[in-house]
Amino acid sequence: MENLQLIIPELFISIMVMFLLIFGVFKKNSSQLVYNLTTVSLVAALALIINLDAQTQSSLFNNSYNIDSLARFMKILLILSGIFVMLSSSKYIQISKISKIEYPILILCSILGMMVMISSNDLIVFYMGLELQSLALYVLASFNRDNLLSTESGLKYFVLSALSSGLLLYGCSLIYGFSETTNFSQIMVNTKEIEYGLTFGIVFILVGLAFKISAVPFHMWAPDVYQGSPTSVTVFFALLPKIAALTVFIRFLYIPFYELGDQWQMIIIFLSIASMVFGAVAAIGQKNLKRLIAYSSISHMGYALAGLSTGTTQGVQSSITYITIYLVMNLAFFSCLFMLKRNDEYYENIDDLSGLSKNHPLLSLSLLVVLFSLAGIPPLAGFFAKFYIFVAVINEKMYFLAIVGLLATVIAAFYYLRIIKIIYFDPEKEKFESKHNLGLKFTLVASTFFILAYFIYPSGIVDIISQININ
Amino acid sequence: MNFPILSSLILLPTIGALFIFFVRSSNSQYQSSKYVALFITLANFFLSLYLWIVFDKSIVDFQFVEEREWISGFVNYKVGVDGISILFILLTTFITPICVITVNATIKNRLKDFLIAILILETFMIGVFCSLDLVVFYLFFEAGLIPMFLIIGIWGGERRVYSAFKFFLYTLLGSVLMLVAIISIYWITGTTDVIKLYELGIDAKYQNLLWLAFFSSFAVKTPMWPVHTWLPDAHVEAPTAGSVLLAAILLKMAGYGFIRFSLGLFPDASLYFVPLVYTLSLIAIIYTSLVALMQEDMKKLIAYSSVAHMGFVTLGIFTMTQQGIEGSIFQMISHGLVSAALFLCVGVVYDRLHTRLINRYGGLVSIMPKYAIVFMVFTLGALGLPGTSGFIGEFLVLMGAFKKNILVATIASLGVILGAAYMLWLYKRIIFGKLINEDVKKMVDLKRFEIVTLWLLVLPIIFFGFYPEPLINSIEVSVANMIDMNDLDKINKLALGD
Repeated sequence: MENLQLIIPELFISIMVMFLLIFGVFKKNSSQLVYNLTTVSLVAALALIINLDAQTQSSLFNNSYNIDSLARFMKILLILSGIFVMLSSSKYIQISKISKIEYPILILCSILGMMVMISSNDLIVFYMGLELQSLALYVLASFNRDNLLSTESGLKYFVLSALSSGLLLYGCSLIYGFSETTNFSQIMVNTKEIEYGLTFGIVFILVGLAFKISAVPFHMWAPDVYQGSPTSVTVFFALLPKIAALTVFIRFLYIPFYELGDQWQMIIIFLSIASMVFGAVAAIGQKNLKRLIAYSSISHMGYALAGLSTGTTQGVQSSITYITIYLVMNLAFFSCLFMLKRNDEYYENIDDLSGLSKNHPLLSLSLLVVLFSLAGIPPLAGFFAKFYIFVAVINEKMYFLAIVGLLATVIAAFYYLRIIKIIYFDPEKEKFESKHNLGLKFTLVASTFFILAYFIYPSGIVDIISQININ
Repeated sequence: MNFPILSSLILLPTIGALFIFFVRSSNSQYQSSKYVALFITLANFFLSLYLWIVFDKSIVDFQFVEEREWISGFVNYKVGVDGISILFILLTTFITPICVITVNATIKNRLKDFLIAILILETFMIGVFCSLDLVVFYLFFEAGLIPMFLIIGIWGGERRVYSAFKFFLYTLLGSVLMLVAIISIYWITGTTDVIKLYELGIDAKYQNLLWLAFFSSFAVKTPMWPVHTWLPDAHVEAPTAGSVLLAAILLKMAGYGFIRFSLGLFPDASLYFVPLVYTLSLIAIIYTSLVALMQEDMKKLIAYSSVAHMGFVTLGIFTMTQQGIEGSIFQMISHGLVSAALFLCVGVVYDRLHTRLINRYGGLVSIMPKYAIVFMVFTLGALGLPGTSGFIGEFLVLMGAFKKNILVATIASLGVILGAAYMLWLYKRIIFGKLINEDVKKMVDLKRFEIVTLWLLVLPIIFFGFYPEPLINSIEVSVANMIDMNDLDKINKLALGD
């Protein structure tokens, strides 16, 4: 029974999934109601998580499910992002005619899967969580089924993701074969010597995880899926799966295979450098904002991985800080994207932003702040995110990684500046609608304010994150 | 000192910017936001003047130090001034109101946004000069890019996009290595607090690489040959106020950085790299002076002359003598005033004829006699005629250089002659000669606000030319302490084999 008390948030979300399914089927035209109820149940789940004792450190169900400070923080982050995504995209869903009852329920399912991933301390539990979130995401990606791009992106994501899941599962089986257990803590005890099979297992699992956070060279799906999916799903893709996958990265590398650091460190460094550089270079030629942000997020994941590659607690904490600030920046960016609406049509090409600053000074100002922050220019939040990463990286004397990363920020600055140039320096176009719903406005204002004012009290988040216990 | 005077100096312009941002205004009320900006910048000027008066010039320590925890256990927000930085703060707060006055003529659209950008930029500039923590310094140093990028890009000339990008990316590329160096310093010594670092010192084996990393940033910003090419573009395309701020203050950040950080933190490395700096400075002085001679565009000519003048500054700093460093600081202040004035002068005729090509002008003396007088003063100031502030700076720098290396000093002296050549030739072509262009005849002489701004700059240039004492007084103790503390003299003697 005590075990069940600690997973009340997960239980609550599963019950809500079932309840909303039945409710939606029996009550006609209830899609908007289900949507709102989903948001409310996310808020309730957030309250339930916060309500749990922050000091709990327990492993449930035969040591296969962890409730600790890392899980708690990441789940709060996950559900908060979920709430903001729901708030900002409600209008978009109605206008794009994808407002069906399944939509919010699938989101809830995938959030549930991610929560399981975050807490998992066992390869099987982890895989179950991963598949739950992935299956929901396949459907969500192709949710706009009359749209060719959307169906294409769903199919593409499904095929590639299934392949990576297969690799991941093969890696799990190898690890099981060489360590006789699937439990993370037990693996650590059972593997004192390095065996080739084990190394292969680690590599396969890292490939699967790298696919989920779209690190180069496993990024091919990201631009197409980001562009093809409805924007409301793209923002979901850009934020939530990254949180879950990064947490699994941390758990997987730092609990069972911490001792084998020299085996995986080079892999992570390679993934990191490749992502940072490729993301920065490939984004330069993009014309579609969603596609551009896909490459930008590839690059950002490279920085988050750079923190992980250090193999120190400080590095992990810098990665968590990075992902937190990354979430806020992307949320702000997508909120701006949701505002580019004219006559019930959304615009997502960079050229559509031309001269935006003349007609929409406030929206342009937010975009300016977000883009400079994404580029990592001080004193905005994005700078601090990178700063913590480089502090951790340089502490480990990994100067090469630090210098490559910083040079990549200069390349990346170019395409962010290009958008700013189009907004501020180019001739104006037709006006966009200036009436937006409250949730969207609130999301944009809150996230922009966070980015702008972060420098006033940067210790706040760092202090919270430094409480997180990894091992 | 309970009243946080430095933080007020930093924050006041931002508060003004927020005020202008939030107060609704239609087109007719643009005027009022201009007065707000003017009021704020003037208040800031008087505040810094007060700071200069109460500043105790006989003490070597940093004064008005404020320290607050910022990133816990890592970086503290720490500001303070010594005799060197206080002059740069004064220069900043003096030039900014002049820029605000000039927006009248030059900025036609989005005046409000322009004022906000200038005010925010002032915050960052003052922050650079009084921060006593490397991370805080870096923050202000980099943040200044954002408003300047927008100033060039939104209100600039035809090739503004190209220039704005070039400016931003060059400077950013230069600075990222400095960030690596700053973090490395933290891991080597355990602090980024400048005062503590002065006391601790940094192990000589790390110094060379760290010095190079800082140098890459400062060399781009100074700018030194061969990374100076962004400057002519940025200057030419920026609106008058932007050029003024760029030449008068932004370039000085690097010179200040050389003194505060390169000399202060890495004395051994600085000594090691003296030949490099000498070479680059001399090339800057001679080569860019020659390039300046060939320019058709007034702003470009002045931009290249800035590179040459900054060459004197870097040369003076790395002589590591009392005269050389004092001369460099004096030269920076003087160049801040003179180049600001020259860009304003170009702005005056540009507003009337809408061209910067030198050959379109000629014979202005008979049409605009008042203009001819002030322009004369500034030309003489730029070429370093005795009796103007430009002379004192160049003279001290050359004196320091002669102490160290006669060959270098001789070559640098040639630069003075070339400087006289291109400035006088520019003056001749614009002010004297025949009136050929019909449009020139229609030009009117200086308006009232132009007279005010230009004479405001004439006064200090002449005053400090005859009586440099107040400035020298202010920096003397700090510079002597810098040389003492790092044993620069002793190192020098060892190097010379005395």
